[in-house]
Amino acid sequence: QDTQEKDKAIPPERAEEAKLKAKYPTLGQKPGGSDFLMKRLQKGQKYFDSGDYNMAKAKMKNKQLPSAGPDKNLVTGDHIPTPQDLPQRKSSLVTSKLAG
Amino acid sequence: FLGAGGGNDIQWCFSQVKGAVDDDVAEADIISTVEFNHSGELLATGDKGGRVVIFQQEQENKTQSHSRGEYNVYSTFQSHEPEFDYLKSLEIEEKINKIRWLPQKNAAQFLLSTNDKTIKLWKISERDKRPEGYNLKEEDGRYRDPTTVTTLRVPVFRPMDLMVEASPRRIFANAHTYHINSISINSDYETYLSADDLRINLWHLEITDRSFNIVDIKPANMEELTEVITAAEFHPNSCSTFVYSSSKGTIRLCDMRASALCDRHSKLFEEPEDPSNRSFFSEIISSISDVKFSHSGRYMMTRDYLSVKIWDLNMENRPVETYQVHEYLRSKLCSLYENDCIFDKFECCWNGSDRQVEFLSLCTSDLSKLIVMTGSYNNFFRMFDRNTKRDITLEASRENNKPRTVLKPRKVCASGKRKKDEISVDSLDFNKKILHTAWHPKENIIAVATTNNLYIFQDKMN
Repeated sequence: QDTQEKDKAIPPERAEEAKLKAKYPTLGQKPGGSDFLMKRLQKGQKYFDSGDYNMAKAKMKNKQLPSAGPDKNLVTGDHIPTPQDLPQRKSSLVTSKLAG
Repeated sequence: FLGAGGGNDIQWCFSQVKGAVDDDVAEADIISTVEFNHSGELLATGDKGGRVVIFQQEQENKTQSHSRGEYNVYSTFQSHEPEFDYLKSLEIEEKINKIRWLPQKNAAQFLLSTNDKTIKLWKISERDKRPEGYNLKEEDGRYRDPTTVTTLRVPVFRPMDLMVEASPRRIFANAHTYHINSISINSDYETYLSADDLRINLWHLEITDRSFNIVDIKPANMEELTEVITAAEFHPNSCSTFVYSSSKGTIRLCDMRASALCDRHSKLFEEPEDPSNRSFFSEIISSISDVKFSHSGRYMMTRDYLSVKIWDLNMENRPVETYQVHEYLRSKLCSLYENDCIFDKFECCWNGSDRQVEFLSLCTSDLSKLIVMTGSYNNFFRMFDRNTKRDITLEASRENNKPRTVLKPRKVCASGKRKKDEISVDSLDFNKKILHTAWHPKENIIAVATTNNLYIFQDKMN
């Protein structure tokens, strides 16, 4: 009975927040805020850099170029992305099914 | 709730559904915007694949007085294509974020469509005759040898099957560093605004090589960024006034007569927060995903994650009305954050059609927009009657698709024992979101977009 009373006193949002913090203890100190905003502003960023790519190619003439790991969407970090690893953008030349 | 009787309650019936039946939805088919034109005769949709489909309402059939004209495909075209900005290593989606119609001035129709970076003015025109009887060309287009021409004739226009052509008349590009979320046509019908996360630009519809920056909230140091612009709209009657909403739940009203750069608002609308209720989620769920002025411009409506709020432009410190869309989600915020649903951007819209009570706005509050509508999950959408304070939940589903049968109200069971016909919160399908809805400007016809289908409902006509 006592614990039930306690639960009633905690607003549902706070209870949810506690759940989240339990799962991800290192989640940002600032509530909501800048992390999301920066992620939102950077939508669409792909890090293929032709300069890096060509320099890496020149340095590693005889070795195989490291290519992107299984997650083809992540082309940043230590490995040098290749043009093939960038997801291909196809334009939708098919008519919308709404018009079908 | 609405529909339980009472003379003025609207009873909604299924009318049509457009789109594929199969559950396997291609990304390109995801509907991203829905908009009626000013007369309601045309209904435009935009999708993630950059395509626009326009439907036209059939002329009313005098013999079929029990239903209004159906919407059939009028025109479809590829508005935007995917692009890659090599300089910034930025992928530019072709997804159509917004469509806005221009009021009709001549035989052709014009609309603005925008993706994240580029706004385009499209002209949609009809061609129902073509010239025939050229002297130097055959009917199939091949040129005739002039020496074989012995008599001359005057080419004449002959009727042909109606062809609807869409052509891009203006391309407004390179004015937005960040992603465009809104476009809004001014009541002067000459200019329009486009808003991205940090800036708002003013354009003239005829001029594509320049635009004026009217709002810039980019901080000198990006580390100090705390707030972004989420939506913007011009006032329906006052051509120097516009509003923009933010990710912190505020709305700013600006007057372009005050200064060239409207960084200082004329009014700031913000509801004070209860500090004891503050949590990690507070700011995220307060982010406004849509702002819409009422027809008279006296009120505006905002949509945040859990509610719809009506603001009186004369009162900045709190909304005059708040409607809970799906309050039961407040105790699910943790999982909604984990599956990203908490970032879903729902739109809202006003009833377009209650013009006959507009005269009452002279003596009482603005009753011309009695009902507001917004979407939710599980393909549910909600309507709130501002007058009676009643609300209703309806579902866009192919299971209810018998024309002229009134839609059954739905109910979500938040906790405790679930009654028959209720659905529990845990059974809701969060992949079935209704983000975009539109209300016909004159009649009780609504367009509701599920992920890849467009539903049209109308009120039961007796």
